[in-house]
Amino acid sequence: MSSAKPHTLSETTPAGLLDGYQVPEFFCELMNRKGPMPEALNRVRSRLAAMDVAELRKRTASAEAQLYSMGITFTVYSNREAIDRILPFDAIPRIMTAQEWSHIERGVQQRIQALNLFLHDIYHDRKVIQDGIIPAELVLNNPNYCEAMVGFKVPGGVYVHVNGTDLIRDMDGRFLILEDNARTPSGVSYVIENRHMMLRLMPDLASGLPVRSVEEYGPRLHQTLCEVAPEGVMNPQVVLLSPGIYNSAYFEHVFLSREMGVPLVEGRDLFVENHRVYMRTTMGPKPVHSIYRRLNDEFLDPLAFNPDSLLGVPGLIDAYRRGNVTLANALGTGVADDKAVYAYMPRIIRYYLGEDPILDSVETHICAEEEGLAYTLANLDKLVVKPVGESGGYGLLIGPQASKAELDEFRQKLQKDPSNYISQPVIGLSVTPTLCPDGVEARHVDLRPFALTGRSVWVLPGGLSRVALRKGSLVVNSSQGGGSKDTWVMAS
Amino acid sequence: MMELAHFPLLSRYAECMMWLARYMERMENLARLLEVTETFVRDAEGQTAWDSIVSINSDENLFSRLHPDGTSADAVPFYVTEIGNPGSIRSMAHAIRENARAVRPLVSTELWTHLNVFTRWLLELDETSVQTSSLSGLCGRIRQECQTHYGIAEGTLYRDQAWLFYRLGKHLEGCDQITRLVDIRYHMLLPQGEVPGSAIDITQWTSVLRSAAAHHSFRRLRPVTVTPANIVGFLLKNEGFPRSLSSNLRQIDDVLSLLANHAGLYGLCAPLQECLDELRTTLSDQTAGDIILRGLHDYMSWVQTRLASTQNAIADTFWPSVPTAVTQVALQVQE
Repeated sequence: MSSAKPHTLSETTPAGLLDGYQVPEFFCELMNRKGPMPEALNRVRSRLAAMDVAELRKRTASAEAQLYSMGITFTVYSNREAIDRILPFDAIPRIMTAQEWSHIERGVQQRIQALNLFLHDIYHDRKVIQDGIIPAELVLNNPNYCEAMVGFKVPGGVYVHVNGTDLIRDMDGRFLILEDNARTPSGVSYVIENRHMMLRLMPDLASGLPVRSVEEYGPRLHQTLCEVAPEGVMNPQVVLLSPGIYNSAYFEHVFLSREMGVPLVEGRDLFVENHRVYMRTTMGPKPVHSIYRRLNDEFLDPLAFNPDSLLGVPGLIDAYRRGNVTLANALGTGVADDKAVYAYMPRIIRYYLGEDPILDSVETHICAEEEGLAYTLANLDKLVVKPVGESGGYGLLIGPQASKAELDEFRQKLQKDPSNYISQPVIGLSVTPTLCPDGVEARHVDLRPFALTGRSVWVLPGGLSRVALRKGSLVVNSSQGGGSKDTWVMAS
Repeated sequence: MMELAHFPLLSRYAECMMWLARYMERMENLARLLEVTETFVRDAEGQTAWDSIVSINSDENLFSRLHPDGTSADAVPFYVTEIGNPGSIRSMAHAIRENARAVRPLVSTELWTHLNVFTRWLLELDETSVQTSSLSGLCGRIRQECQTHYGIAEGTLYRDQAWLFYRLGKHLEGCDQITRLVDIRYHMLLPQGEVPGSAIDITQWTSVLRSAAAHHSFRRLRPVTVTPANIVGFLLKNEGFPRSLSSNLRQIDDVLSLLANHAGLYGLCAPLQECLDELRTTLSDQTAGDIILRGLHDYMSWVQTRLASTQNAIADTFWPSVPTAVTQVALQVQE
């Protein structure tokens, strides 16, 4: 949320929105494409130029007030208090050409095919291990490896039904995969709500431009869940399983169940009898066939996993293993999106598909390996070091931005538990013009496209563009002060 | 009405819709009561008789526990901001909010957005909001926000079972509120030893009508004399007045018929409908005069007991703690 700001030059002298913009050395999505400027971008630029900062600030404030009133929020808990926060919204859209998008789309589809084949393999024949593509301990000793999945045939061979792929662009504008999110990725509701907000806020900015719609996601998600329902069920009952109203992503759960037109259930709304799952309704128990679960593996079933979990459904895993209900995503997918396994993904893609990866990965050093650790320790001040088991941008070190004391401290942590870390070179992430307290400035941005996999892989055009609102920051996560933008994919 | 049987409703949703509506109705009534009491209700010394609200809500024990040396004026914060009182505006706002969050996937975004802003405002109320000078403005706004809520619900809620449970909650609470009001005010206002029909304090009785938003509706009947009996009769038995006991009972009956006939819940609704028929018959078979002669307080207590058991029967029927046998229902689904 931007705070009110005393007068700045750009506010007192009415000037075009982009006049004071300092084009940085990085690839800029709107202002420095390091090549010919696509026509759509030129049109958006000239429309933005006709607006001034004060006007944009006014519209942004109104957008953020609306998001707050509509409860498009995530909940942060501090002490005993629950605070509703909006994801800060930036009104300057991030634009992708049809060509860029088709490259991403194909790359994401390829990646998800490989992820699903990999998961099937490690829970069955483990050829990928026998053939020496990936070390056995990385898979079998992985905390997210799920014994209950061994030998179990999931409907349609699909493990990752919903996936979020984190992409970044380097100095040259090349797209790189930074991370896979194959468990319960969140953020898609903001993609769609950002579009609605953008249309209210800047109704004329997109006029005449072939911006691809994001409205299909809900029906597509429902269709995906029907496609993977247990065989022989004519009209499968789909539900979304949420931890409930106190979960920080509850808004997204509400949003998705509404968009699909299916009940949002909590564990206590379901029960298992004769190895089948039912929901409690006013008309008595009704069978449930497909569950889009937004609950982590370990909370799903107190009989199978954490016996203290009150969120899950006793007997659910047994019903699942008997093929009476489908869980999306499947259990044990966390092995595939692990940060250490990530390093092997190019090889995994070649192994299963016999193709080169369409989207490149970031060069990754695995500290569990002697060579990787030595390289990382020697170049700590030049690298980004990440704990393998964390998400949300927690616990990472950005070498070039760290003080000597921070580097020393991290060096010790690293030596104590090397297998918990990977390291990567610092990528000069692309930037995009963003409204900041001092005017419109360059801020780093990433992209999380969302893909649905039933009978085939479908990628929602666009994705969540997350912006690091702090100057110079490379961390875009909402938990670390990130905001978001509407993402426009051009149809032509 | 469309075929509701195709839209099963989660028991938890039904329960939350019902309580959302009950709390909203209860809060609106409390705001009216506070507003009218401040303006019109005085004790023998001319002081505002706040403690009458404590009696209406049967909160004497809780009130004296939280305010051992409390004066009548402590009733205002007790009913607006006191978190220890589940019946305060703030506590009810919290309950409304939690229920609304639970049914958010089901209700219109307009309904949710209004509730989100409204309840957030109520939860931020503090002691300064309950100073007497601003109380009537506060209550007026609460009343209006409640009415805005009903308008959005009426205009945007999908007419499925959830809507029916919402109405069930609203009108059960409506019955409860009107019987409490009539019961307590009647006994407070009838001087000791007086018989019905004797001269009454018109200002005080008018305040009873005002608390129920019935003042001008009642005027339109142009009663020859204003007696406790014809005011009681209006509040309990008038079919045209939407907040009367009989109007609320009629609405409940209507909802139960819809649930029985369209949602395929005939077997489940029958015992509830019997209970309701009994309530409606006893009311229509007696004049207000009869009721007063036979004992208004006893009758009101009886009605309240019946309403409570109806509420319990609804819970046992639609959100039982142990689900009914799966096999039977599985068979029904096949049909």
